[in-house]
Amino acid sequence: MNYNWNWRIFFDASPEGNGTYLDMLLSGLMWTIATALCSWFIAFFLGSLIGVLRTLPSKTANGIGTAYVELFRNVPLLVQMFLWYFVLPEVVPTQLGDAIKQMPDAPFYTAVVCLGFFTASRVAEQVRAGIQSLPRGQGMAGTAMGFTVYQTYRYVLLPNAYRIILPPMTSEFLNNLKNTSVALTIGLLELTARARSMQEFSFQVFEAFTAATLLYVIINLVVVTAATYLERAVAIPGQR
Amino acid sequence: MTSTPMPAPSVKESVADAAHAPRDAGLQPGSLVSGVPAAAPGETMISIDNISKWYGDFQVLTNCTTKVAKGEVVVVCGPSGSGKSTLIKCVNALEPFQKGQITVAGTKVVDKTTNLPKLRSRVGMVFQHFELFPHLSITENLTIAQRKVLGRGAEDAKKRGLDLLARVGLSAQADKFPGQLSGGQQQRVAVARALAMNPVVMLFDEPTSALDPEMVGEVLDVMVELAKEGMTMMVVTHEMGFARKVADRVIFMDRGEIVEDAKKEDFFGSPRSERAQTFLSKILQH
Repeated sequence: MNYNWNWRIFFDASPEGNGTYLDMLLSGLMWTIATALCSWFIAFFLGSLIGVLRTLPSKTANGIGTAYVELFRNVPLLVQMFLWYFVLPEVVPTQLGDAIKQMPDAPFYTAVVCLGFFTASRVAEQVRAGIQSLPRGQGMAGTAMGFTVYQTYRYVLLPNAYRIILPPMTSEFLNNLKNTSVALTIGLLELTARARSMQEFSFQVFEAFTAATLLYVIINLVVVTAATYLERAVAIPGQR
Repeated sequence: MTSTPMPAPSVKESVADAAHAPRDAGLQPGSLVSGVPAAAPGETMISIDNISKWYGDFQVLTNCTTKVAKGEVVVVCGPSGSGKSTLIKCVNALEPFQKGQITVAGTKVVDKTTNLPKLRSRVGMVFQHFELFPHLSITENLTIAQRKVLGRGAEDAKKRGLDLLARVGLSAQADKFPGQLSGGQQQRVAVARALAMNPVVMLFDEPTSALDPEMVGEVLDVMVELAKEGMTMMVVTHEMGFARKVADRVIFMDRGEIVEDAKKEDFFGSPRSERAQTFLSKILQH
C-alpha cells in the first residue's frame, strides 16, 4: 500500500479558512453532542409516555402506544431521516413547508426530531419492560392507598422501573449518540461528516477516521462512566 | 389520638428474636387507632351484596353476600383458589366485579359518582408480600400517601408516621429501607403505613403467609392489638389461632362461594357444611 502517513495533518489549516483540521473535527463533535443531547431529551420523555401508555389498563392507550412503537422502530432510521427532511416539507401546507426549508440549521433540527422520535420507540419498550417487571402488588399497594393512576406511576412504578432499566437505557443513549452520524445524509456537519470532508480535502483518510473513531470512543466512555456513577447514586440500600 | 408521651418499651413475649431485641422493641402500648370513634356495634361498615365476578368465562365469585359491622373482626378462610383474596380486593375495588354492589362506610363502590381514590384512602390494606415501596425509606413509606393523598403537611405526616412506627416497635428503623428489614418488620411497617391514613376499615390479605414462621407472631400481635382497639377488620388468613382469639365471625369460602358465615364459636364448634368440616379437620390436624 502506497500511503503517506501524516499525523501532523490535524494542525494544518483546513481549506475552510477558519482553523485547523482538528478544529474542524471538534466542531463536528460539538454538533454530534448537541444533536445527541437534544434528541435524547425528546426520546426520554416521549418514550416514557409511550411506554406508560402501553402498560395502562385502557385498550385505546395500549393501541396508541403499540402503533407508535411499531411505526417508528420498523422503518429504517435512514429512511426516517429522508422522510423528515425531504418529504415532510412537501406534504405540509406550502407556507409551512417553505418555512421549514428556510429554517437556519434545518438539518440539525430535523435530525433532533427524527432521532428523538426514533429512539423514543426504543425507550418506550424499555420503560414498558421495566414497569411490567415490577410485582403486580406494587401498583395495587399504591392504588389501595388512594393514589390516582398518575400518582401511582409517579411515586411508585416509574421510580422503580427507571432504576431497573438504567443499564439498557445507557445502551439506548449510546445508540442514539452514534446514530447522529446518519444525519450526515441530510447535511448535518457532525463528526462523521467532518471526518469525511477532512479526508476529501487532505486525502488523509486513515488519520481522519482514526481521529473520529477515537473521539466517538472517548465520548462514549464518558457516558458509560457517568452512567456507572448514576447507577451507584440511585441504588436502593438493601437491594442486591 | 392519645397524645401521651412515648411509653417505655414493654416486654412482650412475642418478641422472641433476641438478635433484634435492642433495635426491635416489639409492639408498644398505646393506641394504634386514631380518628376512629370506638366501636358502636350494629352499624354496618362493609356491606357486600350478591356480588359475582368472572375472568372471561370462568366465574371466580358467585353471589357472595355478607356484612361487616363497625368494630367487627371477620376472618375469611378457605382452600386456595376459593376466591377469598379476590373477595377482599373487591371491597376497595382493586378487583372489578361484574354483578352486585359493595358499600363501604356508606359509599357505593360501583357508582360513577364515587371517587375511588378517596374511598380507598379510607380503607387500609395489608398485602401478603408487604408491598412497601422499595425505593423509599421507612419514614417516606409511612408519609408519602398522607402527604400526596390526604394533603397533610410534611411535619404532621412525619409525626403521625413515626408515632405509629413506634407503636409497632420499629422506631430504630425509621431511616432504613424496606430491603434492610426482615419480613416481619416489613409487614409491621405495612400495617403502620395503612393506619397512618386513619382508615375506617382494615383489610388484610394473607398478611402472614409470606413470613418465616418465627415472624408470624410479631405481626399477629399488632393485628390482635388493632382488633382490641375496635378497628373494623376483614382478614383473609389461614391462622386459625388468630381467628379463635380475636374473630367475631368466620366466613368460609369454597369455589367462589361463601359456604359458611357464622359466629366464631359456631364455626369452630360445629361447622354446618361438610366442606368446612373437611377443611377444618385438615388445617387443625397439626
